[in-house]
Amino acid sequence: MARHIVARTTEIPPGGNKVVDIAGRDIVVFHVNGEFFALLNRCPHEGAPLEKAACVARLTSPEPGVYERSRVGEMLRCPWHGWEFDMRSGQSWFDPNRVKIRSYPVAVERGEELQKGPYVAETFPVHVEDSYVIVEI
Amino acid sequence: MSEVIDRPLRDDEKPAASRLRIVDCDVHPSLRSTDDLNEFLPKRWQHHLKEYGSHLRTPYLFTTPYPRSSPLIARRDAWPPTGGPPGSDLAFMQKQHLDPLDVEFGILQVLDLFIFSQQNLEFGAAIQRAINDWQLAFWSHRDPRLKASILVGQDGTDLAIAEIERCARIGEYIQINVSPRANEPLGRRRYWPIYERAQELDLPLGIHVGGYGGHAPTGGGWPSYYVEEHQSNAHTIAAQLASLVIEGVPERFPKLKFVFIEGGFGWIPSAVWRMDQHFERFRSEVPHLKRKPSEYVRDQFWFTTQPIDEPDEARHLRSLIEWVGIDRLLFSSDYPHWDFDDPRFAFKTPLTEAERKKIFSTNARAVYKF
Repeated sequence: MARHIVARTTEIPPGGNKVVDIAGRDIVVFHVNGEFFALLNRCPHEGAPLEKAACVARLTSPEPGVYERSRVGEMLRCPWHGWEFDMRSGQSWFDPNRVKIRSYPVAVERGEELQKGPYVAETFPVHVEDSYVIVEI
Repeated sequence: MSEVIDRPLRDDEKPAASRLRIVDCDVHPSLRSTDDLNEFLPKRWQHHLKEYGSHLRTPYLFTTPYPRSSPLIARRDAWPPTGGPPGSDLAFMQKQHLDPLDVEFGILQVLDLFIFSQQNLEFGAAIQRAINDWQLAFWSHRDPRLKASILVGQDGTDLAIAEIERCARIGEYIQINVSPRANEPLGRRRYWPIYERAQELDLPLGIHVGGYGGHAPTGGGWPSYYVEEHQSNAHTIAAQLASLVIEGVPERFPKLKFVFIEGGFGWIPSAVWRMDQHFERFRSEVPHLKRKPSEYVRDQFWFTTQPIDEPDEARHLRSLIEWVGIDRLLFSSDYPHWDFDDPRFAFKTPLTEAERKKIFSTNARAVYKF
């Protein structure tokens, strides 16, 4: 797996996302509550662009009339047919064994750490005071 | 905030369907604002629209059904960057839909202003006329791929006939659209003058699901949930199919073509089997029917594919397609609505190239004579 520097952490605001092209693949990186998640930018159902998905909460109901929200912002609701996926794993909420978005490991590292390794982006200025979002693919 | 990398599809990402030029039988254009209609609407009705608006059979303001699942029932990626509602910007529609999916013809289906549900029949006729003109001026004349329909409300039958005559003289419309939820079932005799004229003009009759009539959308009453109502689209038009066939409309107008739009097709086999079975038992009640209901359906009715059913096993979808008949199905995307079907990925079962060609192109070309 190669590591790709895709953004400064400040570049993707909370609740926002950035689409990057890594090795010909559209990857969408979401920022949720201080964490970053990277997923293939297409719904496994009919290919909708997930960068337009709604970031929603997990909504559960133990019985009719009672509703509970949890994991606010961590569920992805496809912009077309509304299929929901867990951003952490890419797994669909309704059929986790069969339907899944491809997801990729993400790390956030400080620029000075990156400078020491072999993965300094050639086209990317590295400022030691910044942190960067790294996607492994 | 998001940054989009605009990358064309590589060849290996294009399954056969997108290399085939397609006819999309359900594309929804939208008014950017009702002011778009001013040039086509007499001052009297412009004022009416501003002062009174629509008078529908839903009782109160805001009981009209948006949003349903998604703002303006649209794909979240279909909002034009220039502003305005989804479907209102031709350049964006071309860039997002018509060009990349290689749409050879797209048939416009207008739902704005609940055009079929207007209770003031004079006002309804005025906005139907304005929207028929707007379809040409704003869409077909700017992109000849986009084909307009003559929208009429069948409860004002005389007004509908006058509008059909007017549009037929213009000669650019490819079908006549009527409401799926009129005051009475579609087979009733009061609507036959429209069917008679449609047959004479050789224009198919388009029946797009949805809208609000005065009747509950299910036989069991008004549903509690949108998911329940969405399900009922199929029941509603199944009832209309039975009404048309059993009241003898195809028998009386044997050259009239019917296209059911946005009702899917999973419900058709059992509906038709049941009609045939009952016909055998009760044929003395309906001696005006000379043939089995399924024969009328097979000869005179077509069905658009969206929303496509997705059984767990692909072979079941395959059987369904065969039961309905590969020559009966017309591809439709429903762009830009949330339950849009992408022609490259909608059919989750193998189709041969010849079958694809029929469903995505030649069936529609035969019905609409492109």
